[in-house]
Amino acid sequence: MIARLTRHPAVVPIGAVVLAILIGAVIILLAGLNPIDAYAAVLQGSLDPRNLDYTFAVWGFICGMGLVAAIPLRMGEFNLGGNGQLVLGGITAYVVASQLGLPGIVAVPLALIAAMIVSGGFAAVSAPLATRFGIPIIISTLLLSPVAVAVASYLVRFPLAEKGSGNAQTPVLPEDAHIWSLGDLRYTSVGLLLIIAVMVIFYVVDSRSAVGFELRVTGANRRFGEYAGLKPGRLALGAMGSAGAVAGLVGAIIVLSSPYRFIDGALISPGYTFAGLAAALLAGGRPALVPVTAILFTILQVGGASMERTAEVPRQLSDVLQGVVIVILALRVVLDARRAGAGKDS
Amino acid sequence: MSIFEWSFVAAVLTSATPILFAALAGALCAQAGVFNIALEGQMLWGAFAAVAGSYYTGNAWAGVLIAVLSTALYSVILAVGAARWKADPIIIAIGTNLLSLGLTGFLLRVLFDTSGSFAPQGLAGIGTMPFLAGIPVIGDVFAGQSVLVPLAFVLIVAAGLWLRLTPGGLRLRGVGEHPDAAATLGIGVARYQTWVTILGGGLCGLAGAQLSLGNVTLFTENMTAGRGWIAVAAVILVANKAFWLPVACLGFGAAEALGFRLQGIGAPQQLTDAAPYAITLVVLVIMRIVVTRRRANTLVPKETQA
Repeated sequence: MIARLTRHPAVVPIGAVVLAILIGAVIILLAGLNPIDAYAAVLQGSLDPRNLDYTFAVWGFICGMGLVAAIPLRMGEFNLGGNGQLVLGGITAYVVASQLGLPGIVAVPLALIAAMIVSGGFAAVSAPLATRFGIPIIISTLLLSPVAVAVASYLVRFPLAEKGSGNAQTPVLPEDAHIWSLGDLRYTSVGLLLIIAVMVIFYVVDSRSAVGFELRVTGANRRFGEYAGLKPGRLALGAMGSAGAVAGLVGAIIVLSSPYRFIDGALISPGYTFAGLAAALLAGGRPALVPVTAILFTILQVGGASMERTAEVPRQLSDVLQGVVIVILALRVVLDARRAGAGKDS
Repeated sequence: MSIFEWSFVAAVLTSATPILFAALAGALCAQAGVFNIALEGQMLWGAFAAVAGSYYTGNAWAGVLIAVLSTALYSVILAVGAARWKADPIIIAIGTNLLSLGLTGFLLRVLFDTSGSFAPQGLAGIGTMPFLAGIPVIGDVFAGQSVLVPLAFVLIVAAGLWLRLTPGGLRLRGVGEHPDAAATLGIGVARYQTWVTILGGGLCGLAGAQLSLGNVTLFTENMTAGRGWIAVAAVILVANKAFWLPVACLGFGAAEALGFRLQGIGAPQQLTDAAPYAITLVVLVIMRIVVTRRRANTLVPKETQA
């Protein structure tokens, strides 16, 4: 009975999270602070009914960035350039929404689509770099990302800067170009519905379509995929393009939502990219699980600030816990090997 | 040659040295068949440990030693996880990189009660080599550098010779090239990979120490800022030939030093910051084109013979 329970597929991710939380508690104790206060503050800060609006918005962003990592992960590739793709989408959406002078009903969808195209195209560059020039996707995405971040940072500081402001930010978008909010909520907007729609699309494509199957076959065994006539180059192009497009969408939604402007660093500093990556790894790349694992990292991210305020535990603990979860997940193979050994004995 | 130009050469060396140490670590791991992309996080940890060590002991060399030992210890996660337990080195590296980013920021707040950067008064940096000042050219380039700068080149040459000339080096290359064959000959593949990864951790500790106590004397959050990834790119670029590493790393050092110069004459900092990454990628692409073309040229006669 117990043996059957420990073989349940949920044991590993849940165990990883529990272990990470315990390690985090030890770190907090070593720092001379109170772990129970800290974790209580995390939960209170993120699940307080007054904050739920913001928490839901962040959950959407982390889910989105989870897809950005999960789509290439399906074929065994790592996209670590989420920051660059996110920022490029944000700046594109800002330019389209502010500079073209279109009415809102056209400007908002156009800004979202433009952001998806630009970021998708930018991310897709990594595919030929891998197939033609043998530069691993994990390396090229990481090298391209700071270039995009720098270009966006330059644009915000000089050509698009708000005149007379000390901060590196653009002027506020015209009222017309704000993304439609849901009811009178401040942060949660139509953007959240769009991200949920994208998650559903990914789920359906992954589990019900030929392309999704090809992607998973390539991820499971690339040489078998090639033997079966699949084209990893073309799959990588599609996977990276769609991952980039999702990142662009998330960036666009952030910029078109409150405070309705592009602030330098505001898209990167909350760490959506790596929270999303951690969520995708914890979900094992499975589309249906990403929104579930994203909840954990959303709570950590949103609650981090209140943990810092009330329990004096620095919010960097969230990054520590993300790292620990990923390391534990990677090391779980030891457990698998143990189990296989135990299975042989019985 | 004016002093101005030699000072530029010195700036190139300063920028290149941390990358050089990390790239050497990556190259040694690559020789043993370990894909080590944890350089970035290990280097960041090394930079933090060096500053913390120097701050608490008041001695820069104690800081360097603490950086080397603690980073080697930190790399045990990757070494044992990837080499012995056969876990995915990429996922471990992503985790440890994120972990050291979080942990250094966390400890900065907890130990020194500051965020962003830590530059206490009187923090001891690594000694320079003023005794070289009188010598022309060498003095201009090296006198103001930390002792670790020439050490990087000595270590590269030593590593190259070790790989080529000693039985241990041969076994290491064998482990990377054909692990099964090496195992057949009675070589402990996992043991070689484990120790070389830990050695790489020590080198990344040196890289971090040079960055935080050699190039400057302070620690800032995420101060490695992608240098570890440039080191990984350098390893891929030279295709595991340790002797070519200095050339590649000096190229990246030149890109960074040139960036500082251009900033001095008014180029926007954002664009010069991005230059090393863009240049790295462009060089990788060009190298691949050159290599494939050369390979194609040598293949043509063979095919016509057949």
